[in-house]
Amino acid sequence: MSIAPAVPSADAQLPATRRDIAPLLLVPALMLAMLPLVGSWSTWVTLTVAGLAMGMMIFIMASGLTLVFGLMNVINFGHGAFIAVGAFSATLVLLPLRGWLAMDSLILNLGVLALAIVVAMLVTALLGWAFERLLIQPVYGQHLKQILVTMGGMILAEQLIHVVWGAGTIAVPLPTALRGAFLLGDAAIDKYRLVAVAVGLVVFVAMYLILNRTKVGLLVRAGVEHGEMVEALGYRIRRLFVLVFAAGAGLAGLGGVMWGLYKETLTAAMGGEIMVMLFIVIIIGGLGSVGGCFIGALLMALVANYTGFLAPGIALVSGIVLMISVLLWRPAGLYATGRG
Amino acid sequence: MLRQLLSGDLPRSRSLTALLVVIVLGLALAPFLTSGARPLNTAATICVYIVLVASYDLLLGYTGIVSFAHTMFYGIGAYGIGLALARVDEPTWGVAMTGLGLALLLALVLALVVGLFALRVQAIFYAMITLAVASSFAVLSSQLSDFTGGEDGVTFSVPHVLSPAYRLVEHEVSGRHLDGRLLTYYVVFFGCLLLFLFLLRLVNSPFGRVLQAIRENAFRAEALGYRTMVYRIWANVLAALTASLAGALMALWLRYVGPKTSLGFEVMTDILLIVVIGGMGTMYGAVVGATLFILAQNYLKDWMAHGAAALDGVPVLAAALHPDRWMLWLGLLFILSIYWFPIGIVGKLRLRAWLAARS
Amino acid sequence: MLAPDPATRQPLLRLTGVHTHIGGYHILHGVDLQVAHGELAVLLGRNGAGKTTTLRTIMGLWRASSGSIHFDGADITNLATSAIARAGIAYVPENMAVFSDLTVRENLVLAARDGPLDTARVDWLCGFFPALRTFWHRPAGNLSGGQKQMVAIARAIVEPRKLLLVDEPTKGLAPAIVHSLMAAFRELKAQGATILLVEQNVHVVRALGDTASVMDGGRVVHAGPMALLAGDAALQQRLLGLSLDTQP
Repeated sequence: MSIAPAVPSADAQLPATRRDIAPLLLVPALMLAMLPLVGSWSTWVTLTVAGLAMGMMIFIMASGLTLVFGLMNVINFGHGAFIAVGAFSATLVLLPLRGWLAMDSLILNLGVLALAIVVAMLVTALLGWAFERLLIQPVYGQHLKQILVTMGGMILAEQLIHVVWGAGTIAVPLPTALRGAFLLGDAAIDKYRLVAVAVGLVVFVAMYLILNRTKVGLLVRAGVEHGEMVEALGYRIRRLFVLVFAAGAGLAGLGGVMWGLYKETLTAAMGGEIMVMLFIVIIIGGLGSVGGCFIGALLMALVANYTGFLAPGIALVSGIVLMISVLLWRPAGLYATGRG
Repeated sequence: MLRQLLSGDLPRSRSLTALLVVIVLGLALAPFLTSGARPLNTAATICVYIVLVASYDLLLGYTGIVSFAHTMFYGIGAYGIGLALARVDEPTWGVAMTGLGLALLLALVLALVVGLFALRVQAIFYAMITLAVASSFAVLSSQLSDFTGGEDGVTFSVPHVLSPAYRLVEHEVSGRHLDGRLLTYYVVFFGCLLLFLFLLRLVNSPFGRVLQAIRENAFRAEALGYRTMVYRIWANVLAALTASLAGALMALWLRYVGPKTSLGFEVMTDILLIVVIGGMGTMYGAVVGATLFILAQNYLKDWMAHGAAALDGVPVLAAALHPDRWMLWLGLLFILSIYWFPIGIVGKLRLRAWLAARS
Repeated sequence: MLAPDPATRQPLLRLTGVHTHIGGYHILHGVDLQVAHGELAVLLGRNGAGKTTTLRTIMGLWRASSGSIHFDGADITNLATSAIARAGIAYVPENMAVFSDLTVRENLVLAARDGPLDTARVDWLCGFFPALRTFWHRPAGNLSGGQKQMVAIARAIVEPRKLLLVDEPTKGLAPAIVHSLMAAFRELKAQGATILLVEQNVHVVRALGDTASVMDGGRVVHAGPMALLAGDAALQQRLLGLSLDTQP
């Protein structure tokens, strides 16, 4: 039996661990580094804004995916379903009210857009809830079955979109007040891209505040680390799971709406098409880390845009190259949560 | 002797045996049991898919690896032989074999690289990485459209012996000319048969048993002294090469290669559906599953069209039974299979037989 | 004639014939255990005897395959862990399970389910565990092992609970910290808390325990007042393989 060892206690204050800021510097560093390479200021601005906008949208879509994995250790290969369903649900508002969208009034346009987003997020959150209860709950802990079942779910969702909305594509033109660009000197900055960046920042800040300042956020952060202990403290962690899953789905729906408007067309396969990018982003960011996902999304979109201009041949594989580079530097992603 | 041929992996169920016999005989005699091009096409597709899915079962069912890169190797095999034959004036066997050889080499290298890089990580990571690699490959090949024919694909001529113009003998047998198409069919049939038996031999060998041990408990396998990484990479490579050969046979039959038929995600989904519904880790699941799937794909749609016409006017149901929506029902069947049918059709048949034998 | 006070008759916690299987292994072979109101019961035994498994089974983290667990008059055998916690049981696991990413304050906030942090209580806790105050806003992952243990225990008592399950709190800790822990336990006892303590530190066991139960091979093989075990050297040798007489 042990008698506590007679060594001096390690009670002395530990030096504070340095905050891990290296990943935070990547995005600004990249942007700055590209300026001389691109050469022209206006082109650089256009590319950077495009990259930031796309990155924000990807972040919104991917955030739910990584959070769900971090908290529930569930990998959802059907996440794309929420993106597509969200976009299509938005048409329930966008199409009937297209008259208001055609008018050149920022307030009306944004109002309709906001309503469409609310509808989309509600529908996808509901779908997410159903997904979790019917498909995912029975296969907790079995990654293989999760992959298969969620893929099946996505196939089902895609087909149901066809059944409900018809087999074709739906065109969703941008609201009039959001078309066109601002001119910053020589550089043209698309209005819609600014909106996308703004929405992305709002989402990120909101997520940060919720995770760090509310009890629910506390539960999520604790649950990511040690779900069992959260349960032992008296919280029903299953309810937390369902809540986070539905919220993640809702976020994907929001992302879907933004993404659909960006492309100005909706197809049932739009969610599935983008899954690869989302996976690359969450791997880069570190499975389970929202902050990593944010940085990863921005990096990937920026890199895609810059290489599209500088070296078009490799633009398509730039995502993979980026992923490999990051993994060589940090094998578990930018911010490892101990899960991946 | 049959036991040896099947490497000791007997069906172990009367119903399954009967089913397999019907399928094999059906495929073997397909040209003479049917008339017209469509049934023969269906039969050839079934043969190829059996091998394609069986090779995937090697990875998924026996080694426990989820990979989304399988269609990439399938496509490599197809494009290898297809592009080689397309780029020359005189399609000869030599050209075809060279193309195939290069394709196999590429498949080997890719399988090794991906395996070495990614098989050391968690299963989910690997699945996502293979997804990324495969989709990049698909995009790349459609980009290099000058070389690969892009979205439209490439048609090509096959060696004279296999072309429709060639006649083995002048008169017909049971309604079929003994022409190049027939010969091609039997090349495909016997090629697939050999590959399938090879896979069967593989999974019933000591190598195959180690794979299954790794699938059950990799940690334990490692503790027992097996270098799990090496085995996994071997499984990866063999599955990839087999898939490439299947792709080559398909290309030979279709005399066409294109991204939709070879590299698309649709094929990957099909493989997953078949392997789960047929029964993972059984090999015979691929046979039964592929047959049912391809038959359904080709003929069920007709039935659905009838159903949709009958329900014309009923808003949602008519749309749900539209033949283009057959994936909806398949997806539903897929999900249900994962829960209630985790052992698949073959597993279910074997279980019944085993239970019957015990009572 | 006064009716006997029910609180002193019924044990707060009673395990009857509890079996637990984990992944095919039969770990608990019919555990019978009782903890009375207000006592500090010590659970002893060699490594692998099933002590941690018993605590985890009580907490619902592992399901008892047979037998029953009664707490405060209610049958908690098949309840979910969160329900068991809400019934008034707090658990301090062997690995502490302190949330590293959360600050000390956030760890305690999470544990205070019934309302905001009681500042008076927090002050009292900091009296025993000064490190809490020092690292109040620092991520708990920065703390040393002993400090984490303080956080884990503070978490369990930041609100009054009916029963504390504590698994080897002093393992690997320096004597000074063990001293603080013991003072905290004594104070808790004085306040009327009931504690089931798994412990291997003989000094702690002797000083704090009211009753001792000894486990071996998944069963409780001895149960009785601490004085009984402490006074019988031969019994100690037979059950535990050592003597409880060693001085700190």
